[in-house]
Amino acid sequence: MSSQPPDAAAQLPEHPDWLWRNPDPKPSYDVVIVGGGGHGLSTAYYLAREHGLRNVAVLERGWLAGGNMARNTTIIRSNYLCEASAAIYEHALGLWEQWPQELDYDFLFSQRGVLNLAHTLQDVREGVRRVNANRLGGVDAEWLEPDQVKEFCPIVDVSPDVRHPVLGATLQRRGGIAKHDHVAWALARQADAMGVDLIQGCEVTGFVRDGAGAVVGVETTRGRIAAGRVGLAAAGHTSVLADLLGLRLPLQSHPLQALVSELLEPVHPCVVMSNHVHVYVSQAHKGELVMGAGVDSYNGYGQRGSIHLIEHQMAAALELFPIFAQAHVLRTWGGIVDVTPDASPIIGPTPVEGLYLNCGWGTGGFKATPASGRVYAHTIATGSPHPLAAPFGLDRFTTGALVDEHGAAAVAH
Amino acid sequence: MLLIRCPWCGERDEVEFRYGGQANVAYPADPEALTDAEWAEYLFVRDNPKGAFAERWVHTAGCRRWFSVVRDTVSYRMTATTATTATTATTPEAAQ
Ligand SMILES: Cc1cc2nc3c(=O)[nH]c(=O)nc-3n(C[C@H](O)[C@H](O)[C@H](O)COP(=O)(O)OP(=O)(O)OC[C@H]3O[C@@H](n4cnc5c(N)ncnc54)[C@H](O)[C@@H]3O)c2cc1C
Ligand SMILES: [Zn+2]
Repeated sequence: MSSQPPDAAAQLPEHPDWLWRNPDPKPSYDVVIVGGGGHGLSTAYYLAREHGLRNVAVLERGWLAGGNMARNTTIIRSNYLCEASAAIYEHALGLWEQWPQELDYDFLFSQRGVLNLAHTLQDVREGVRRVNANRLGGVDAEWLEPDQVKEFCPIVDVSPDVRHPVLGATLQRRGGIAKHDHVAWALARQADAMGVDLIQGCEVTGFVRDGAGAVVGVETTRGRIAAGRVGLAAAGHTSVLADLLGLRLPLQSHPLQALVSELLEPVHPCVVMSNHVHVYVSQAHKGELVMGAGVDSYNGYGQRGSIHLIEHQMAAALELFPIFAQAHVLRTWGGIVDVTPDASPIIGPTPVEGLYLNCGWGTGGFKATPASGRVYAHTIATGSPHPLAAPFGLDRFTTGALVDEHGAAAVAH
Repeated sequence: MLLIRCPWCGERDEVEFRYGGQANVAYPADPEALTDAEWAEYLFVRDNPKGAFAERWVHTAGCRRWFSVVRDTVSYRMTATTATTATTATTPEAAQ
């Protein structure tokens, strides 16, 4: 395959096909990562870069980063409440700040600020508590009164006579958005350059186990591949893979939707989220409003969701931003997210020797991409959890040491 | 949006219902005897199949009764509905 684009295309941004090779799978690798989303790619990048493991393959059943990585609303923030989560997401945010230079690729990381609105006294208390907890933990956070919200994001309706008045907001100025596809391509290019094989159109359909039950390889639609270690990074499909091993996990897969409007003038200066009326909105670099809300209540793998959730989030958005009353929806889509009982991820070894787990990021894992890959690579390479990953082990559901972001109520993306 | 058939009220829009997760999860017969791992399984672990799934719904905006259905988690089509309030009920196998 040619490594250079033809002349006519030279003026355009590089097409992803030329950013990495498309090799056939080798019979054997030191590490096989299942799932070529952001987390799988980030893991492979750090395995090669920080642990010198270059005989590594990422197996992707579809096309590279075509799962949730391509479907999310790209909100990045680290203002979580629980110490363990704030620590890992803040680690991620620090890496986001250095990645454009490190990966040598512009993925339009824009620290335009994330507002989390409060609409009830309970929201206000929760918000102020989270700001205080964040500041104690070294995470930047501010509390804004309604007039300050208006100043920061002039298009928000902060009048007191609407159904859900804005009583204030938390602000994380370092939060923002990034161009998700470009993040994946940047990682793929660097991992590929270090020798990692990125193999698309290669679905894992089974596991190879030795006499003692350890996982020593995978069966795929492109044949059997031996592996020293296997790391799952399959997001919503993790249960399907674990079922093949008889490994039962505390995961439920749900459809989660997003939508974009037609292109609009740049009017929306930051990310606005509201748990209470349940919508989050930002304006993409090109001008579309990017909007999301909650998961469908039921389990599903159908990659489409219920229209009533869209109606609900549009109603919420219009209440907050009357200016968008005439905007048209251009397209909606769905992804499949894996949700845990405490709304926190699961990272670490499993009871099956040779098998590692990184899943349960649910509705909010894009922002974690750099840290997720880094701590997972450490865990796989050394065989023991990275300190930032240690609280997120599978055993927490047995010990009861949950990282309960659900209970802490700072759960939206 | 799902069209769900309540065994008592007939077909109604999804917004009238609430989801109750996997059907047939029985409360432990002898709770005192459970190990931590067994408690974890009971509290936190549910089936999550890609395909037929026996699950519960409650008609919150209607008769407020619970029932079980078998739904395909890919096509979202419901193939069997059982009027039940207990944990005996439909299994995916029964619907095939
Ligand atoms: C609508 C929506 C909005 C979201 N908004 C945000 C947000 O604003 N901020 C945020 O932080 N997060 C958000 N998320 C969550 C975020 O997208 C996910 O948490 C994150 O992408 C999960 O990690 P990943 O990128 O590796 O997953 P994915 O990109 O889904 O990667 C998993 C990959 O595994 C592959 N795979 C599965 N099974 C197999 C198999 N058997 N063999 C080979 N490959 C397999 C899949 O094809 C897929 O490409 C959102 C998600 C959705 C759906
Ligand atoms: Zn009814």
